[in-house]
Amino acid sequence: MRILINGLILFFILILTYLTSVFSKELIEEFPVPPPPFSEGIYPCSNCHASMDLNPKKRVLKDEHTNIQLHHAETLRWCLDCHYSKNRDKLRLYNGELIDFGRSYLLCGECHGNVFRDWKAGIHGKRQGYFIGGKRTYLLCVHCHDAHSPKFKGIKPEPPPLPPKVKRDVR
Amino acid sequence: MTKEEKEALIARLEERYLKKYKKKFRVGIEEAIQNTLWGYGLDLSRCIGCRRCVYACVEENNCSREKPQSQWIRVIRLKKGSLINLEDSEHYYNPELVPEKEFLYIPVQCQQCENPPCVRVCPVHATWKEPDGLVVVDYNWCIGCRYCIAACPYRGRIFNWGEPNVPPEHWNTSVHYLGNRPRMRNVVDKCTFCIQRVRMGRYPACVEVCPTGSRKFGNLLDPNSEIRYVIQNKRTFRLKEDLNTEPKFYYFFEA
Amino acid sequence: MSQSLRETLKETWRFYRKTLRLVLTGSKEYYLWCFLLLSIMIVGFLCYLPQLQKGLITTNMKDQVVWGLYISNFTYLVGVAAAAVLLVVPAYIYQFGPIKEIVVLGELFAASSIIMALLFVIVDLGRVDRFWHMLPWIGKMNFPSSLLAWDVIVLNVYLLLNLIIPIYLLVKTYYGKEPNKKFIVPLILFSIPMAVTIHTVTAFLYNGLPARPFWNASILAPRFLASAFCSGPAIIIIVFQILREYTFIKVEDRALFKIAELMAYAMFLNLFFLISEMFKEYYSNTVHIASLKYLYEGLHGHNLLVPWIWVGTLMNLIAFILFLFPITRQRLSTLNIGCILIIAGVWIEKGPGLVIPGFVPDPLGEIYEYIPNFRELFISFGIWATGFLIFTILMKVAIPIASGEFSHSRYEKEKMS
Ligand code: HEC
Ligand code: HEC
Ligand code: HEC
Ligand code: HEC
Repeated sequence: MRILINGLILFFILILTYLTSVFSKELIEEFPVPPPPFSEGIYPCSNCHASMDLNPKKRVLKDEHTNIQLHHAETLRWCLDCHYSKNRDKLRLYNGELIDFGRSYLLCGECHGNVFRDWKAGIHGKRQGYFIGGKRTYLLCVHCHDAHSPKFKGIKPEPPPLPPKVKRDVR
Repeated sequence: MTKEEKEALIARLEERYLKKYKKKFRVGIEEAIQNTLWGYGLDLSRCIGCRRCVYACVEENNCSREKPQSQWIRVIRLKKGSLINLEDSEHYYNPELVPEKEFLYIPVQCQQCENPPCVRVCPVHATWKEPDGLVVVDYNWCIGCRYCIAACPYRGRIFNWGEPNVPPEHWNTSVHYLGNRPRMRNVVDKCTFCIQRVRMGRYPACVEVCPTGSRKFGNLLDPNSEIRYVIQNKRTFRLKEDLNTEPKFYYFFEA
Repeated sequence: MSQSLRETLKETWRFYRKTLRLVLTGSKEYYLWCFLLLSIMIVGFLCYLPQLQKGLITTNMKDQVVWGLYISNFTYLVGVAAAAVLLVVPAYIYQFGPIKEIVVLGELFAASSIIMALLFVIVDLGRVDRFWHMLPWIGKMNFPSSLLAWDVIVLNVYLLLNLIIPIYLLVKTYYGKEPNKKFIVPLILFSIPMAVTIHTVTAFLYNGLPARPFWNASILAPRFLASAFCSGPAIIIIVFQILREYTFIKVEDRALFKIAELMAYAMFLNLFFLISEMFKEYYSNTVHIASLKYLYEGLHGHNLLVPWIWVGTLMNLIAFILFLFPITRQRLSTLNIGCILIIAGVWIEKGPGLVIPGFVPDPLGEIYEYIPNFRELFISFGIWATGFLIFTILMKVAIPIASGEFSHSRYEKEKMS
């Protein structure tokens, strides 16, 4: 009897692990991406942060990261909603899961679901490389959008074509 | 042509290019991939009119740089709200920064029509539609009458008014016979969706360079391709649909 | 070698020598005229060489306007060539006088015009070296899909007809024999629908392009024909007058007036078609009106062609009035003014007034105001001069044959003495 119960429990555990593994596979669908666009020398963040005390207060940063201006629903949140306070080398999802910077799209996708869906199909953002018989990579959201101030910045256009001019001479 | 004849032709061409341009070219003759029909999508709500595509195309496809300048992509600017009337388009806009608030940008290139009027009018069969839907030109057969340009409703065809002029260090030596191989003066050429790339499974140069990701490309016959996703999920339209040219170039807006 | 063959060869050789002498000798005016034409031709040719070498970049044509002065002239000349032959019909019906001479003259005139038209195509062609790609069998002609292929065929057939018929008639006259009616009459009759065909096909060449709304109007082919019936006869009236001044061919005034009357009808149709087109475009006022607006009133401040087309239309209108009323039609001075007005007016209307606005604005709305440069002008003059010279030389030989001055019996007589 005991053996039977043990066996049943084992069986259920087996099924459960199988199911979770399938589910989590579903959750962490892999999207090959190029390395995240960090500024030089800033990563790993823990080089500094591991030895720093945590100051969770919303404030203007004066000592470091002064170039970062939060213009992304800034009234609603603070840096640490995205960056994991205890380990800066990771990002934190809403449910508490930690992810690498190479998967930051999951973070963005939490709030921008529609865009994320398009992104996965290669429509929003873009994919590069080979679509047949070769490697194809996705650009991360942060390759195009600054995570802190994501509005697409204007750029200088390339020169216009040369307008046609009439020549009047025979040369 | 048989396979041997084709190979002999390619060898001759490569030798000629070596002599003329002092570069070792690889002239491809890859045939169309089975069960493909290439289609293109362009997101007008994201295009910012930066013209990166224009110059990436020129570089990739060995287009003449200046005197004559030949560009296969032309980006036109329209006031928002006047999309239909191309007559109000501005071709030479050059602001400090793009995008500009009140304008919309429409890049136009060969639309690879299923019903190409240019092919119909060519008097010598120098241009035709490949099985994968690409409209191509044999530059060695074109007689330079320019009837196809007159017949094209999209300005998809460009004439080499003089000897093409490419700085020696800028030659792209990976070419296709029906695509970006060096051209001669007084023949017509055109966008082929980068035939030399797409038949190898790579994205066209303009798709790859676009900084906003507005350009989409794929096989219309493959339900999982980007272009099919666009057609199914976005509001698409094609230029001058009333002409029944059936372009395979879909413009779309974020729904 | 048999006796008779040697005799024929000798005689043929003699014929050519005589012909050459005929061409090479003439009055002072003749020399002056030929010299003038030759020098224009040389200038034109010198202008053409760099174009051949460097490409069409040496012209003012651009990707926005890919056809210019050359194709304008081509279009006009096809019309002229068509009309010259169509004149045979009224000449026959109204008994204009020496019908055979008129046929010969009209067809040789048509042949010269077609040669000019073909030359204009050749200078417009980017790759002249690949001209043969267009020929049937040798090349790879896109027939029946391409209207340009059609045009090449019908123009060449027409040219051939217009050479065979007069040469046959002249050779028969040279030998003092009656032409074989069974052979030549069907050919002459065939050349009449062919004349309509070349013009219709040329019109369809433009007409069949939905990309260019300006040309994509059904009225285009009828307008082409109507205007051709004006310009061709206008030139012929002038040529007739020159010929009757200098040669034995005597065309009566009555015939000229009759032609002018026919031209008045044609011009009426032409103007009527124009009004129909104007009404449709302006009243419906769709986006397709842009080219017409560019032509007649200017578009976004670009109005290069506006003065031209109005002058051309005015010329046509004045000529119409002159030809409408018998008093002005039946006086040589006003008749000639009318002819010159029509020649110029229709040239503007069917040449630059038809070809260029088709490209303005271009399909993406760009406006490039094409105007030919001097090279294009000189090359065009050169081709016109070539055509005139060919016609002059043809006349120089044809007229003595037709008049009996230059004939086989003369040769026989010379041999006797
Ligand atoms: C919306 C979530 C989010 C918020 C809020 C946020 N960040 Fe970030 N941050 C990111 C992501 C995602 C990256 C990764 C960018 C990359 O891959 O290059 C990042 C990168 C960084 C970097 C590295 C940038 C570089 O130059 O490479 C720093 C430093 C940083 N964040 C600091 C901050 C600070 C300070 C704040 C608060 C003012 C903040 N972040 C708020 C998401 C966020
Ligand atoms: C050169 C050392 C250094 C590096 C490397 C560094 N930081 Fe910091 N970071 C600081 C300092 C110092 C502060 C405090 C600034 C202040 O309080 O004005 C700070 C503040 C922050 C804050 C604001 C919240 C807080 O904890 O005070 C965030 C978020 C942050 N850093 C994220 C990152 C991330 C993510 C990286 C890696 C991509 C990174 N940092 C790399 C030095 C560093
Ligand atoms: C917690 C939810 C949340 C997350 C996570 C988040 N965003 Fe946003 N995002 C918002 C909200 C809310 C807005 C609209 C408010 C605004 O425009 O500031 C917004 C706006 C934007 C915009 C439009 C900005 C504009 O002005 O046009 C972009 C682009 C954007 N986010 C990109 C990102 C990227 C990239 C990420 C991942 C690094 C990300 N977002 C993660 C909530 C989020
Ligand atoms: C190839 C560059 C690129 C990538 C990668 C990219 N975007 Fe964008 N995104 C853009 C551009 C361009 C716009 C339009 C900007 C504009 O109109 O000003 C945009 C607009 C947006 C907007 C606001 C407009 C809208 O459609 O609602 C959001 C939100 C956004 N992106 C989120 C994301 C997220 C989330 C990701 C990653 C999953 C991402 N983007 C990846 C280029 C990119």
